[in-house]
Amino acid sequence: MDVLQLFVSGLANGCVYGLIALGFVLIYKATEQVNFAQGDMMMLGAYVTLGLHNAQFMGLPFWVSVPIAIGTMGLFGYVLDMLVLRRMFGQSQIAVVILTIALGFVFRFFAGLIWGHEPVALETPFAGRYVPIGPLVLGLDEVVIIGVTIALTVGLYFFFSRAKLGIAMQASSQNQLAAYYMGIPVKRVNSMIWGLAGAIAAIAGILFASKGTIDPSIGLLGIKAFAAAVIGGFGSLPGALLGGLVVGIMEPFASRYITAGYALIMPYLLLFLILVFRPHGILAQMHSKKV
Amino acid sequence: MTIVAERSKVETATAPVLQVRNIETFYGPIMAIRGVSLEVRPGQIVTVLGANGAGKTTLLKTISGVMNPQKGEIIYRGADIAGMEPDRVVRAGIVHVPEGREVFPLLTVEENLRMGAYVRSDQEGVRRDQDMVYSYFPILAERRRQAAGTLSGGQQQMLAIGRGLMAAPRLMLLDEPSLGLSPLLVKEIFAIVRRLNREQGVTMMLVEQNAKVALEVADYGYVMELGRIVMADEAARLLQSKDIQEFYLGVQGDTQRGQKRWKQKKTWR
Repeated sequence: MDVLQLFVSGLANGCVYGLIALGFVLIYKATEQVNFAQGDMMMLGAYVTLGLHNAQFMGLPFWVSVPIAIGTMGLFGYVLDMLVLRRMFGQSQIAVVILTIALGFVFRFFAGLIWGHEPVALETPFAGRYVPIGPLVLGLDEVVIIGVTIALTVGLYFFFSRAKLGIAMQASSQNQLAAYYMGIPVKRVNSMIWGLAGAIAAIAGILFASKGTIDPSIGLLGIKAFAAAVIGGFGSLPGALLGGLVVGIMEPFASRYITAGYALIMPYLLLFLILVFRPHGILAQMHSKKV
Repeated sequence: MTIVAERSKVETATAPVLQVRNIETFYGPIMAIRGVSLEVRPGQIVTVLGANGAGKTTLLKTISGVMNPQKGEIIYRGADIAGMEPDRVVRAGIVHVPEGREVFPLLTVEENLRMGAYVRSDQEGVRRDQDMVYSYFPILAERRRQAAGTLSGGQQQMLAIGRGLMAAPRLMLLDEPSLGLSPLLVKEIFAIVRRLNREQGVTMMLVEQNAKVALEVADYGYVMELGRIVMADEAARLLQSKDIQEFYLGVQGDTQRGQKRWKQKKTWR
């Protein structure tokens, strides 16, 4: 029973990691840029929701705040690409990496400036409630996290396999030049992918915030999510989710059975082992890309 | 220019669908197109021949908007489209079938075709055109659920042409459809290109190194060398031309010319 309980709480954590990792991989696949500010975009998503919903700020109802926050972060991602990242076209990878790391600092600073550096809690309607499932007692927040992640995954699956725009996103990531020839507005599609990554980051942020307090530095979770994306196979969307789940599930077990100090390094140890023995990740999806 | 003057003799009543006027295109400091002018009339197959590096592909890229010319005009149905974004050019009715096939490898055949129709919103017409493509390329219908990257080279070329057709183009720019294909497949593809032109009325601009097959299907031909057009005539006459035979068709007849390249030979420019 104990094991199951640990498993579920790890699963819930893993869902959040997986969603952030998904943002990394989405942007990487489409534009070959690695967005190290993805974790900070998650943090912003959480804070925007908090700013809209919590009584000390705007005090809007939760179910109004959430869609506004997701929409705002989606727009934010789109505009960020349009105004900033698009100008980096043709620059080296490392320039983009440094730029996004810097953007992360900027986001953290502004979040602290607007909402303060003290830990605050997002007042979700499902905090502190429990659902008994058989002999298990699960936090409602964990159930919500797992449920939302499953729903989002299914939604994204249908979007990428059925919708014209989803297929066009795949097409332009597989062969950008051919996408141009077919009249797909590649630049706008890339911005839309940034928008999608922003929206997913907002969802991840809201889910994360529902489990406890947040402060502007929670974006550093992005590093763990980045490790998760690499473990799962950078370049594979299911791999990103899987990597997140693996890392998430591993954590509570590690802290239970391994000495405290060592438990924390487990995700990175796994990353290390994966890079040595299976460099393309668990679900490798590699194909030579024509540029 | 001489070419233009000569062209006027064979001019017909129909207005050209595409007129390229003195365009110059650069790769950085390198001038790849050095003032090219040509015309494509509705319903024609016009071929542009030339060796590697003559600027044929660059010419097509300039027309489809992937590259921008420094100078010159590209008049398509009365409007200058030089420097326009590629998605607007496709919307206007010019589709570019790139060299080397360039399919979307992980998408299925059907999804590739669907992407060809990206700029269209008339569901009914798209479905009709998809059936049309499948009727010209039955092998694609058989493989419709297969990832495009797993098709053979010839099938990928068919898919690239079919995908281009899905945009319902008025003018199709075909870049070296014979590249890397066996002679039998080349024959098959060119037969289909000709049928598409005759039956569907698609005007074609065909860039080729394989001069013989290209001139056999084409109505009119241009020869490019080092970024310039050095010869222009009706395809049937080019096919008979001694120079073409010697330089592009590999016919070693009784010719004893010293010069092997046009560049030294032409004195009229």
